[in-house]
Amino acid sequence: MAEQTWRPAARRRAGTPRGRAVEGRAHARLVVGVAVLAVLVVAAVVVPWLAPSGEQFFDYTQVRQGPSGEHLFGTDQAGRDLFARSLAGLRISLIVAVICALGSITLGTLIGAVAGFLGGWPDRLLMRLLDTVNAVPHLLLGIVIVALYRGSMTAVIVSIVVTHWTTVARIVRGEVLSLRQQPFVDAAISGGASQLHVVRRHVLPAVVPQAALSAVLVLPHAVWHETALSFLGLGLPPHMASIGNILSDARSELLLGGWWVVVFPSALLVVTTLATAGIAGTLRDRLVPRRRSELAL
Amino acid sequence: MSARTHATTPRGEAIARLVARRLAMAIPVLIVIAGGVFLLGAASPFDPIHQYYGVDVFSAGEQQLEQTREQLGLDDPVHVQFGRWIGGLLTGDLGTSRVFHQPVADVLAERLPWTLLLAGTGIVVAALLALVLGIVTAWRQGGWLDRTVTAIGQGMEGLPSFVLAFVAILVFSVGLGWLPVAGVTDGDAEATFGQVARHLVLPALVLGASQSPWLVLHLRQSLLTSLADDHVIGARARGLPERLVVTGHALPTALLPFLNVLGTRVPELVTGAVLVETVFSWPGVASAMVEAGLAVDYPLLAVLALLATAAVLLGSLLADIATALTDPRVRADG
Repeated sequence: MAEQTWRPAARRRAGTPRGRAVEGRAHARLVVGVAVLAVLVVAAVVVPWLAPSGEQFFDYTQVRQGPSGEHLFGTDQAGRDLFARSLAGLRISLIVAVICALGSITLGTLIGAVAGFLGGWPDRLLMRLLDTVNAVPHLLLGIVIVALYRGSMTAVIVSIVVTHWTTVARIVRGEVLSLRQQPFVDAAISGGASQLHVVRRHVLPAVVPQAALSAVLVLPHAVWHETALSFLGLGLPPHMASIGNILSDARSELLLGGWWVVVFPSALLVVTTLATAGIAGTLRDRLVPRRRSELAL
Repeated sequence: MSARTHATTPRGEAIARLVARRLAMAIPVLIVIAGGVFLLGAASPFDPIHQYYGVDVFSAGEQQLEQTREQLGLDDPVHVQFGRWIGGLLTGDLGTSRVFHQPVADVLAERLPWTLLLAGTGIVVAALLALVLGIVTAWRQGGWLDRTVTAIGQGMEGLPSFVLAFVAILVFSVGLGWLPVAGVTDGDAEATFGQVARHLVLPALVLGASQSPWLVLHLRQSLLTSLADDHVIGARARGLPERLVVTGHALPTALLPFLNVLGTRVPELVTGAVLVETVFSWPGVASAMVEAGLAVDYPLLAVLALLATAAVLLGSLLADIATALTDPRVRADG
């Protein structure tokens, strides 16, 4: 019998019919995710802009209309067209999410790289800080921050960044720790390179793919977080049509039987989250299979 | 050679030491959180004098305001104020809540039981769902039920709990008219067992269901692993009935990580409780957090944030104790 060497399941299966089926499904998930997200982004940019009267237009002759050809998603209690309004909300949610993801990876990469590269007490201190932040339920910390700086988009963004950098930091730190063992880093150090140079030239570029991936992973969480805060009335100011604000208004409509006020914006939110999560999941499995569990946010 | 080489100290003693060490670690964490929350408050544009006076701040005289500031010590340096606040917390003076017009301690005493009731029922619902669905899906891996449940589970992870709550209200309250939508009793009715139970059904089911997908998928995964273990294959080979193999041999090993996971899900449970309590107007501490946030009721906000942190730490401690108690291989003090 030939000597058996252990190989990861994905490699063992590669080329077999089952392996091809798994790969095919993963690929389909990625393609569908990207396609859905692309359609949503285009719609979110174009529709509110094309809407005859804008998403904030009050039309009291059209109050609480069910879905129809004229108003695809129906209208709310002030006669605003929910189709335009939901997509405008999605646009704001996505913008906030992208800023948050960028903020989280900047802060997370910085802290993770410093902790991993310096080691010793700075590492221990930063990791303790990370554990402490993770010990507070994220939404509660968000509520405290947003409550004290009410109605500002910056506060919402800060509250999300402050709670979401920890995942990125942990991933980057692990990556930096293993990088430090690499011969090329030793070579650079013995060649007389300064610490700053080693970090800038050898460590950060190697960490970028990981950080970029974790940014995609943070996206659905950021959308969720912003929606939840806005839904509670603590997020974006009421005049901004975020999905959370729309759903918050919809709460009272529900008992009047206006199901469309809730169903359509929610569906839009869920489809967006699933599409982003699907893309992130496939990318994760493809780029860093060994970190599967660690990256499961 | 002794058979107990890995357990040199008695089990109980080791667990006691685990508890002591975790408590010692929890104190600095809580102090840092308290400090962070306090600094946030101190740095915010929000002036505590408004909280003290409410709307009257606009009619109050300049001198009167000045005097109150003096009395409350609002002009003292931040660290002095922080020390005073922490000292108050330690001696049982939690401050006064403005939204509820009563001491924070009374708010907690009144509302905490409701949250514990809701969260407790919710976690039981979630655990039961996870046990039933996890066992069935792992046992019949690849079957139609497995594929349906797995797909729904993954889909629900993208579904915020308040959306789930809306759907539940639409179907069971507005559509079918079976269950009430808000509060713990009908109007001013007495809080009898029947009343509360009827009002508890929807929020607890929604909270439980929103927590369950992750647990179902987790238990399914660990059962799949343990179904391939040697002792399970051995049990099958001995011809034991399938039911006994799954529940008697595979399940116990899979339950260990599950217990641990239940304890570490407290942050998600707290988050879920905040949203579910708000949608269903449940009079618990989680919805009080939102009201305190809306009204910038700082003393209540800070105490509730600390309480939630303590709950998270307690959850992870309980998970570790459960693991240490049930799995003799784990060193409790390690």
